[in-house]
Amino acid sequence: MKNLIKLLKTSPISARFGLIVITLSLIVALLAPLLAPYGESEIVAQVWLSSSHDHPLGTDQLGRDMVSRLIYGARNSIAIAFLTTMIAFGVGAILGLIAATTGGWLDNLLSRIVDIFMAFPTLILALMILSILGTSIPVLIVVVALLDSTRVFRLARALAMDIAIMEFVDAARLRGEKTFYIVRREILPNALPALIAEFGLRFCFIFLFISSLSFLGLGIQPPTADWGSMVRENSGAINFGIIAPLYPAGTIALITVSINLVVDWFLQRSAQIRA
Amino acid sequence: MDFLIPLILKRTGFAFLTLFTISILIFVGVEALPGDTAEAILGQGATKENVAALRKELKLDMPVHTRYISWLGDLCQGELGNSLSNGRPVSEMIGWRFKNTLLLASSAAVVSIPLAILLGLICALYQNSWLDKILSTSTLSAISLPEFFVAYLLIVVFVVQFELFPSVAVLKSGMAISEIINILVLPCLTLTLVVLAHMMRMTRATIIGVLSSPYIEMARLKGVRKHKVIFYHALPNALSPIINVVVMDLAWLVVGVVVVEVVFVYPGLGQLLVDSVSKRDIPVVQTSGLIFACTYIFLNLTADVLSIISNPKLRHPK
Amino acid sequence: MDDYKNGVTRRQFMAGTIAAGVAASIPGQGLFKNAWALAPKKGGAMKLGLAGGSTTDSLDPATFSGVFDQMSSMGLYRNPFLELDRKGELHPELVTEWSAEPGAKVWNFKLRKDVEFHNGKAMDVDDAIFSINHHRGKDNKSQIASVVKPIKEIKKMGKYEFKIILEEASADFPYILSSTRMPCVPNGTTNFQDGMGTGGYIMKDWEPGVRAYGERNPNYFKEDKAFFDSVEIITMTDDTARTTALKTGQVDMINRPDRKTARLLGKMKGIQIINTPGGLTYTFPMRMDQKPYDNVDFRRAVKYSVDREALIKTILQGYGVPGNDIPVPSYVKYAANSIPQRQYDPDKVKFHLKKSGYQDEVVRLHVADMVYTGCVDTAQLWKEHATKAGLKMDVVKEANDGYWSKVWNKKPFCASFWYARPTVDWILSMTYVSGASANESNWKVPSFDKLVKEARAELNDEKRKVLYFELQKILHEDGSVVIPMIANIVDAASDKIGFNPVAGNVELDGLRACERWWFKS
Repeated sequence: MKNLIKLLKTSPISARFGLIVITLSLIVALLAPLLAPYGESEIVAQVWLSSSHDHPLGTDQLGRDMVSRLIYGARNSIAIAFLTTMIAFGVGAILGLIAATTGGWLDNLLSRIVDIFMAFPTLILALMILSILGTSIPVLIVVVALLDSTRVFRLARALAMDIAIMEFVDAARLRGEKTFYIVRREILPNALPALIAEFGLRFCFIFLFISSLSFLGLGIQPPTADWGSMVRENSGAINFGIIAPLYPAGTIALITVSINLVVDWFLQRSAQIRA
Repeated sequence: MDFLIPLILKRTGFAFLTLFTISILIFVGVEALPGDTAEAILGQGATKENVAALRKELKLDMPVHTRYISWLGDLCQGELGNSLSNGRPVSEMIGWRFKNTLLLASSAAVVSIPLAILLGLICALYQNSWLDKILSTSTLSAISLPEFFVAYLLIVVFVVQFELFPSVAVLKSGMAISEIINILVLPCLTLTLVVLAHMMRMTRATIIGVLSSPYIEMARLKGVRKHKVIFYHALPNALSPIINVVVMDLAWLVVGVVVVEVVFVYPGLGQLLVDSVSKRDIPVVQTSGLIFACTYIFLNLTADVLSIISNPKLRHPK
Repeated sequence: MDDYKNGVTRRQFMAGTIAAGVAASIPGQGLFKNAWALAPKKGGAMKLGLAGGSTTDSLDPATFSGVFDQMSSMGLYRNPFLELDRKGELHPELVTEWSAEPGAKVWNFKLRKDVEFHNGKAMDVDDAIFSINHHRGKDNKSQIASVVKPIKEIKKMGKYEFKIILEEASADFPYILSSTRMPCVPNGTTNFQDGMGTGGYIMKDWEPGVRAYGERNPNYFKEDKAFFDSVEIITMTDDTARTTALKTGQVDMINRPDRKTARLLGKMKGIQIINTPGGLTYTFPMRMDQKPYDNVDFRRAVKYSVDREALIKTILQGYGVPGNDIPVPSYVKYAANSIPQRQYDPDKVKFHLKKSGYQDEVVRLHVADMVYTGCVDTAQLWKEHATKAGLKMDVVKEANDGYWSKVWNKKPFCASFWYARPTVDWILSMTYVSGASANESNWKVPSFDKLVKEARAELNDEKRKVLYFELQKILHEDGSVVIPMIANIVDAASDKIGFNPVAGNVELDGLRACERWWFKS
């Protein structure tokens, strides 16, 4: 705990900003039902009202309170995106690192399987798979995570390939260390900076991929509030100077920037540590 | 370097295997989707009789494996078949759209890749300075917005507010180059904004990581100037992951721009693929899918080869 | 032998129209000679941004599946045999005269003699018969195969005359010839993608999902239609893109502007909203063969559980009228407009639920985005209304993909829509008769079928009115389809576009805006 506080004291302003935003979002996400003034799908007023006393951010395209929708959206969007990114990263990074370290037929097999998945446009692939399996949230998370893990795999493998041929890895091999040890102790720490950077961006992309799915009618089902779908549903207003879609878009940008500011800070620290 | 040739040959062999597998997966995938072309075309007007009749006409009543083999046979003879929805030759439908997609993708690539690497380098050079922070944050914000939203914003600013460019990017044959460029600006800008941050941040992160290596410290101690350190010592060693990200984004540019096509009404391959999947038009889906797959495999191979070339250790394996 | 026109004797027809004070439309002169004040001007290159096109579209009339292909055919390159005007009445187009022999089982048609296809070939009876036969026959794949099934035989009677013999009497039969899916094509056509037709615009370029381009046909047989020099229809699926294109003048007219912003769009300088009461009925069929929808009280409970006025206000933004669970819009002849409008009534919901014994039943409403804009929102609003009235409801959002094969006509309760057909008989025969393929609610009532058949053959106007009233009352009270809204047709165009009062059966002036509208200056 003391270490944590010391850590925070040395952080730059940007990282603190990021951490504050993330923490606030998590609090909002957890306490959503307590904080939101109206229900998640409660229709309370006219469509696309501008901000007023009752509705500080106005209403959305069905007449629901924007603030409440954003609050519930925090819970849904962040949870889903985070889970998906964790799974994508877990599967992709581990497989990628192992593939690069082991080489041989395992590497070939995994790489070719990943190639096959990546060779087809993700959106279409998701369309086909989700049409067959349905769009419930668990299915959505697993499908998007697996599809995205292919990208992480490629990156992790490329990083590991570079590192795997360095002398210290050879040294470890000669010592007789098992693959798992090599991956964990030699390769992973060196690959970490780029992987962390990728994590931050992956989170972002997954957020947006789910909202692109709504372009094709898949994705998170209404009336569940989700920032990405909210941008889509309110987009029509922008032609007429109604800023409704800017609110969910803004919150997506805020969270993404924040996470990446924190990621930057980690990068800095890990670079310092290694120096 | 001699080992590169067998590697390329081996990978090409794998490529064919991959394509073959993909074609089977596409076939199976589209078949697994509920309904078929006949039902999709007739929609609300479908009756048992006219669906059966249309199926017969489109030869959809034959078993799956028969249809696949007959398609494969045609393909080997260079025949891409006809669309199930309107009977037009697939090659006619796809050819010009693919050209359009390549045009858009390459223009976005030509703008974004050099820009991304340059900006990544600058940010790494002036790490944690205000420049770095501003560049990072603004590019991050750009990619935090869904593509269609970036497109809408650009349209609101450049088309509605300032009337500089058109928002309808329908390409017609016989258009002048200047007109084509005019039409491409906004879609290209949208795509650039979306991929820029990814490549830029990866460049930055990798270079920063490399900068803390011992040989860099060595170079610094030797008194090598900062920008030389980055260009001659850091960058070459950071190339592999950067190339990977660039290639992935390139592949995405070719293959993932459906949303941009829809918003700007740009006639590319993405929209065709979505519509064809929706109508279960297997010949079209197969051919488009395989084209995308080939593009991706080719880019992939290029990335791997470049990675190997750029890393001396991989160039000369022990 | 009495001369029948629209199932009404000529005497009654003339009497009726003179009493209405409108000069009767005389064969050969078209709609235009009526007394409208606006004079169209020729000229200009018109651009239309159209929603409802796909890269898989085709110009084969048997498989039309969207707006783009139908409009290219109906509004640009080809003609139907008869034209439907905004009052739902038939006018001559390629067919100049039509009459029924007593019994209304045999109909005689006369064609225009001066019509040429774009390739110079003259149109005659062989082309007409071929165009109709394209949809007929055993194993025919056409969308309207069931509509033309009543035709027993078509006889060629002369170079410009033919006779149609029906299986059963049908007083409204000629309406079939106004279908957007039965244009006149040259005899023996195998490749429909060449767009050959008799229409006001000659096909110069046609790329499905992208654009349709036509230049004015100098030999068009209608002198008073087709005012633009050229027409370009551009497929624009994205709502926002389409609206922006109109706002910035990149197109001159669009269909389906987003209702939520239509009012704002109309207020903008240089843009007009064209709001026409029409026949776009939004239906929610309950499958009568599946519990609990086989119980008439449960069905009634569901019908009372929706607040129609609220839907009109929020979903249609006022661009529509409440539906009365009758699939016949008010302008269609024999519409039972005197049946009192059903209202949202929580008390009646509870009453009928109790009577049905299914109080705890959870109604699952299956919807998708692609059915129509606002479909999912409608379901969600309905859920709120129903819950307040004591009816448990769940909204199931299905994938857009495969909706019409997987969900519609299969799931117990889903969303659908119809552009109402021009006659009550067509509407009922297509969707409410046992065994009809589009019978989305699986409504199977033999006495109902009998009545429909009786009304179809009945030639006496008064008697028909009574029969159709009874049929509509049955649907209103016992029917298995909830029809809460009938939407107006809303299109948008720049102020430079001029038009006469617009038809509301389908969008863009019955899909004929290209030949009916003009540039004002």
